[in-house]
Amino acid sequence: MEYLIIIISAVLVNNIVLSQFLGICPFLGVSSRVSTAVGMGAAVIFVMTLATIATWLIQHLILVPLGLAFLQTVAFILVIAGLVQLVEIVLKKVSPALYQALGVFLPLITTNCAILGVAILVVGREYNLAQGVVFAIGSSLGFLLALYIFAGIREKMDLVDIPRAMRGAPISLVTAGLLALAFGGFAGLV
Amino acid sequence: MSSVTLTREFTKGFLRENPVFVLLLGMCPTLGVTSSAINGLGMGLATTAVLLGSNIVIAVVKDLIPDKVRIPAFIVIIASFVTIIDLTMAAFLPPLHEQLGLFIPLIVVNCIILGRAEAFASRNTLVASAVDGLGMGLGFAFALTLLGAIREFLGAGAIFGLPVPFLFDNPILIFIMPPGAFIALGFLIAVVNTLREKAGA
Repeated sequence: MEYLIIIISAVLVNNIVLSQFLGICPFLGVSSRVSTAVGMGAAVIFVMTLATIATWLIQHLILVPLGLAFLQTVAFILVIAGLVQLVEIVLKKVSPALYQALGVFLPLITTNCAILGVAILVVGREYNLAQGVVFAIGSSLGFLLALYIFAGIREKMDLVDIPRAMRGAPISLVTAGLLALAFGGFAGLV
Repeated sequence: MSSVTLTREFTKGFLRENPVFVLLLGMCPTLGVTSSAINGLGMGLATTAVLLGSNIVIAVVKDLIPDKVRIPAFIVIIASFVTIIDLTMAAFLPPLHEQLGLFIPLIVVNCIILGRAEAFASRNTLVASAVDGLGMGLGFAFALTLLGAIREFLGAGAIFGLPVPFLFDNPILIFIMPPGAFIALGFLIAVVNTLREKAGA
């Protein structure tokens, strides 16, 4: 039950993109086609879960026992950057098909602030490892959901005559705002 | 480098190459912390400090870093400055630090900073890099303060905490909530684009 609440809260109520403002760059950048949005979302689910496990272990087994908690930012970003490289190499060897599907998105993920953000949130909220993993899965599912819906809307928007000044980024941002407003309806669910 | 070019490097961040309005970089803190003008200004200045520091250090050590590992090396330099700013703000400005919360450590993944390191500081002199960092950072701070002021004005009926008559009693609450961030920034970019077009940019 506790895990269910964490998931629902992370996917719908406190959606990582639409209410926490994490991962906005890929949200605006790779959301023009539904297929690329799904690929990016899947890559994020994969990396975010692994990164949360890795950073949780580093925080609780290395940084805290040694009194080095102030090195959190430096340590986490290095681990995430290294992890993304590692995932890329392993995936290439083990599952070329999956690599084909996710490969192009992996390098972009290092600079996705959602990954570092979730890792820091998990430590900050003092989740245990299981709660942390559930939270990471929920957050990344929320990312995938937001990206998927947004890409669907943007595909339709290609067919619309938009006022000159609003073309490109402005209309995307306003659309995202309306989507965030819709997600606001989930407040109070948990 | 002549003083004319230096002035140009400094001013380009405000409108011509404004990181938020034109380059669309650093969107997460832009949307996340601008619920008031003072938060936007605080975040902008914190980012400026990191950008200035990292640009200076990278311009100095650029010849010592092997090309293949330059990105990880840049990230470590940036993360060190972020840690310094984080701890300094926690010590001297605890309320602001509390407000900005998660977005302070996240300065490290702000694409503006790595972008300037890679595109400018790694191939320019110390002075030019410092000017570039300061200009870009202040341009970012300007954009965040403007967006924060607009959202605070509409959503809370105040500017920098000073109440505005009438609006203060009837604020449009949505503008200080997450959806308002997207909508306000969307319209602001539309206005800036129109102005830039009129100016013949």
